[in-house]
Amino acid sequence: MTLGASFRIALRAMAANPLRSLLTALGVIIGVGAVIAMVAIGQGARRAVTDQVQALGSNLLTVFAGQAQIARIVRGDAVQTLNIEDAEEIQKAVSGVTGISAEYSRQAQVVFRAENVISQISGVTPQFQEVRNFRPARGEFFTEAEMRSRAKVAVVGKTVADRLFPDTEPIGQRIKIRGITFTVIGVMEEKGATSFTDRDDIVFVPLTTAQRRLFGVTHVRTIHVQVASAQEMPAAQEALTELLRQRHRLAPHQDDDFTVRSQADILQTFTSVSQTMTVLLGGIAAVSLIVGGIGIMNIMLVSVTERTREIGIRMAVGARRRDIMLQFLVESVALSVGGGLIGIGVGVLGSRLITRFAGWSTLLSLQAVLLAFAFAVAVGVFFGLYPAQRAARLDPIVALRHE
Amino acid sequence: MSLITVRNVEKIYRMDGVEVHALRGISLAIEPGEFVAIMGPSGSGKSTCMNILGCLDRPTAGTYLLDGTDVTTLGDEALARLRNRRLGFVFQSYNLLPRTPAIENVELPLVYAGAVDRRARARAALDSVGLGARAGHLPTQLSGGEQQRVAIARALVNSPAIILADEPTGNLDSSTAGEIMGLLDRLSQQGITIILVTHEADIAAHARRHVLFRDGRIVSDEPARSRTVVAQGPAQR
Repeated sequence: MTLGASFRIALRAMAANPLRSLLTALGVIIGVGAVIAMVAIGQGARRAVTDQVQALGSNLLTVFAGQAQIARIVRGDAVQTLNIEDAEEIQKAVSGVTGISAEYSRQAQVVFRAENVISQISGVTPQFQEVRNFRPARGEFFTEAEMRSRAKVAVVGKTVADRLFPDTEPIGQRIKIRGITFTVIGVMEEKGATSFTDRDDIVFVPLTTAQRRLFGVTHVRTIHVQVASAQEMPAAQEALTELLRQRHRLAPHQDDDFTVRSQADILQTFTSVSQTMTVLLGGIAAVSLIVGGIGIMNIMLVSVTERTREIGIRMAVGARRRDIMLQFLVESVALSVGGGLIGIGVGVLGSRLITRFAGWSTLLSLQAVLLAFAFAVAVGVFFGLYPAQRAARLDPIVALRHE
Repeated sequence: MSLITVRNVEKIYRMDGVEVHALRGISLAIEPGEFVAIMGPSGSGKSTCMNILGCLDRPTAGTYLLDGTDVTTLGDEALARLRNRRLGFVFQSYNLLPRTPAIENVELPLVYAGAVDRRARARAALDSVGLGARAGHLPTQLSGGEQQRVAIARALVNSPAIILADEPTGNLDSSTAGEIMGLLDRLSQQGITIILVTHEADIAAHARRHVLFRDGRIVSDEPARSRTVVAQGPAQR
């Protein structure tokens, strides 16, 4: 008998009991749908983090003040070990360094006429634009001269601009930060919100202005170091670590009083977390696929019993054992394939709904879709095998007499 | 050479550790084109004999030659092939596939034979039993007699050498039974060997030869003299 004939028989058997077929396939539908949606969530989270880290700029080393265990910005001013001279020295002495951006950031109130917002005030150097790949969309950034003169100029992020100047042109307006008047000279391009922060809720001022005029400090929180190429990253990291240890007069037995992270480090941390999450979620979903397979096996066993007489008739007119086996195997695979196809639809739709209503970014991966589908087919074969064998092993005489 | 040669065939069933001798050594030869009625009371072994002749069951001992081939040595696959190509079954309860149109029921043996011109041959077989107009009907939409005619078309479709009919009229009223037997008579005249199991004398009267079973043995095997004589003969219960 041909596969096509087996398939037609299977479809007829399934169509004879549509509700039962649907309920049987439901386990696989949910399983495949869950695998696809879960992996999409995991991949989406991973992409969000990757985008965010890459948006920092390329080939970037980040030096944090203090000894940190994880790649997060140290809060407060407890650690004051980095300063702008460190940054300048790194640019001068470490080979392969193409740009430096030292930063000092703190939350502060920003006032424009009757409007006011609490936003992050970031004191940075003009090089920030190139190093962090973040530029004004309109107007301009401040210059080296403005930096040296501690000019009272500010470049506002998109969110701040929208909130403070809902219907006025921001550029040229005067805003007050901690009571000091600044002139707005530019509006930054939109970076978008990530799962952690709104990167547009920010006001840039010259680093020197932030240190001396606004916050009265001399240190910086972070130094971003741009390196010419990815190959030079390890050497640059080593050289700048050595340089900072010397400048900070650390004895060989002392720990670093700063932390250097590369993008690769940060990415690795987040991707390994999201990878684990993806595998975990996918694994849980895969369990439901196996449960779905057991459902198929259960119904196929019932079906074999119900259709014992049919099996007897088929054997009497010349069906070989493998024809019977094939027929039931095709039927269980048809159930799981049908369930798998519907499940792909459910998974894709589910991912969309999650993105729309929960706001999580999801990323459908063709690989996960194919894997889930292949797994569903394998489940159909595996759990269909035993019932099909039972059908094929029936004694034709007993089967023919079965009521 | 006979079409069917059965020698000293025994069949022992084991039921809950008790051995049941269904056949206690039967020998039988059937020539091509014969119309044989197998008769006997319930439990006489006639159904067991039918199952063995139909290659649905294997004897415990003895030999069964079909077309000169010893069937007892064949595997499941070869037996399935024999049932498909050489034999056609007609059952008391028709045994049509439910929810399957008549034409597709008739096609069934061709599906397993891997034939290509299935639809045309199935239609020809249905026409030959006078049911060409009912090809698309489901078994539930057909009367008992019509269902049995579909079953006969199914038995015929692969041009078998032998048709095995097990109480083919058992579920039918006498006039419908007459139609079915008329159909079998016609097939017999066309040269197909027919083996008929029945316990009704007037049905057996259509056959040319009567084989009587009792307690797993053949107690008589003689040609039918004429319908009226047979009806009063030893074959009658």
